[in-house]
Amino acid sequence: MNTIHDMGGMDGFGPVEPEENEPVFHHRWEGRVYALTRAVGRWGRGRDWPSFRFTLESIPPVEYLSMSYYERWLRMMTTRLLVSGLISETELETGYPDPGALRPELLPASNTGTPGAELLDVDLPARFGPNDRVRARNLHPRGHTRQPRYVRGRGGTVVEDHGVYALQDTDEDGRRPSDRRPQHVYSVRFESRELWGERGGARDAVYVDLWEDYLEPA
Amino acid sequence: MDESEGRPVDRRGFIRDAAVGAAAFAAPGKLMADQTESHDHARDHGHGHDHDHQEVPADVALRVRALESVLVEKGMVDSAALDEIVDTYENRIGPRNGAEVVARAWVDSAYRDRLLADGTAAIGELGYLGGQGEHMKVVENTPEVHNLVVCTLCSCYPWPTLGLPPVWYKSAPFRARAVIEPRAVLSELGLDVPEDVEIRVWDSTAEVRYLVLPERPAGTEDMTEEELAQIVSRDSMIGVARVEPPSEGPAGGGR
Repeated sequence: MNTIHDMGGMDGFGPVEPEENEPVFHHRWEGRVYALTRAVGRWGRGRDWPSFRFTLESIPPVEYLSMSYYERWLRMMTTRLLVSGLISETELETGYPDPGALRPELLPASNTGTPGAELLDVDLPARFGPNDRVRARNLHPRGHTRQPRYVRGRGGTVVEDHGVYALQDTDEDGRRPSDRRPQHVYSVRFESRELWGERGGARDAVYVDLWEDYLEPA
Repeated sequence: MDESEGRPVDRRGFIRDAAVGAAAFAAPGKLMADQTESHDHARDHGHGHDHDHQEVPADVALRVRALESVLVEKGMVDSAALDEIVDTYENRIGPRNGAEVVARAWVDSAYRDRLLADGTAAIGELGYLGGQGEHMKVVENTPEVHNLVVCTLCSCYPWPTLGLPPVWYKSAPFRARAVIEPRAVLSELGLDVPEDVEIRVWDSTAEVRYLVLPERPAGTEDMTEEELAQIVSRDSMIGVARVEPPSEGPAGGGR
């Protein structure tokens, strides 16, 4: 989806500000949010559980920019728990299970869940190979995609085939395709000037990992 | 999916609505009184190094506590297991792992070759694969090429070798600017890359995670592998710093 998370190439955010001796978590609650997010993931198996990144990207842009990183994670996690019916709004408000509520059961994974992004042991022919000239297709899906806006319509060169992976894109409701759309993922080199015109560095380049569906021959 | 067609409620709308509900849920009243809230609350506000961009609503700690509490009571999570996850990333998995990989590559050219040819396998030799670092590519800095890692879409980062990313790496300025003006970003961070050096920016958009193999500094020929690992900084493995010889600054350290 074309929203604020897709930040590559934007101006106006100011300088990068490192923090000296930064702690891993700045507040106790941040660590809890991180750990909770990881711990509840298995409960999404077999349930209507929108993709992690889709849910983050669905935060309205003005809010997205005003939230800290772990606030976004908290929003994402609670949204998934609500959408899947694992938790109710009153439970969130009170901090107690609803009276008479049944304990949820762990379900076996289904094809409509959100499995990990593993490399798939699937033998598929590769449409492209190293040194092939390719163009990033001009795609604007309403769901989650890993094709950043700044490469769309731009030409590049395949430098490496990473192998066959499940496509991570979702539909506009945050669901991944049940057949996982296994396909080759390529490292593609885009010259900086191709992406950014004269503002690009004359000898610089950006390497982007792109699923085969995102590419066409140049 | 056929099942979705008959749904009475548009799911995207539901996710948006749920997100609003998730945002709006209030601090629990009862919870504040009967748990050790004052202790943790004091801790949350006692770190003393907040930055403006880190300011969050004061009740967020309470909301997280309520969420954890209800998930524990529903039997979905175990607080001790959460403690373990936090402890792992606060104390056990961090950039010292990546520094070991770099130091090994500096002293063992056969390992270096394997690392650059198949980062996953070579990092696996040292045991540093895992979540958000299942598939690794290592890119080598040379006098001709400088590499920089970013994730413009989110915050992808090699957790098993570098730990969790710092705030600046996840911030809008870095995500927005690293791809369009890497030299300006690096210069602001104190690293001036000569004009005749090519900059390669690696945008971690898929499932491969990137680690920069920095150049070994001159004057370190007599150092052992363990000593070398001490001078390899996190930032050098992201590509926003060089590794400095030990005399020029604090060894190792957070950055």
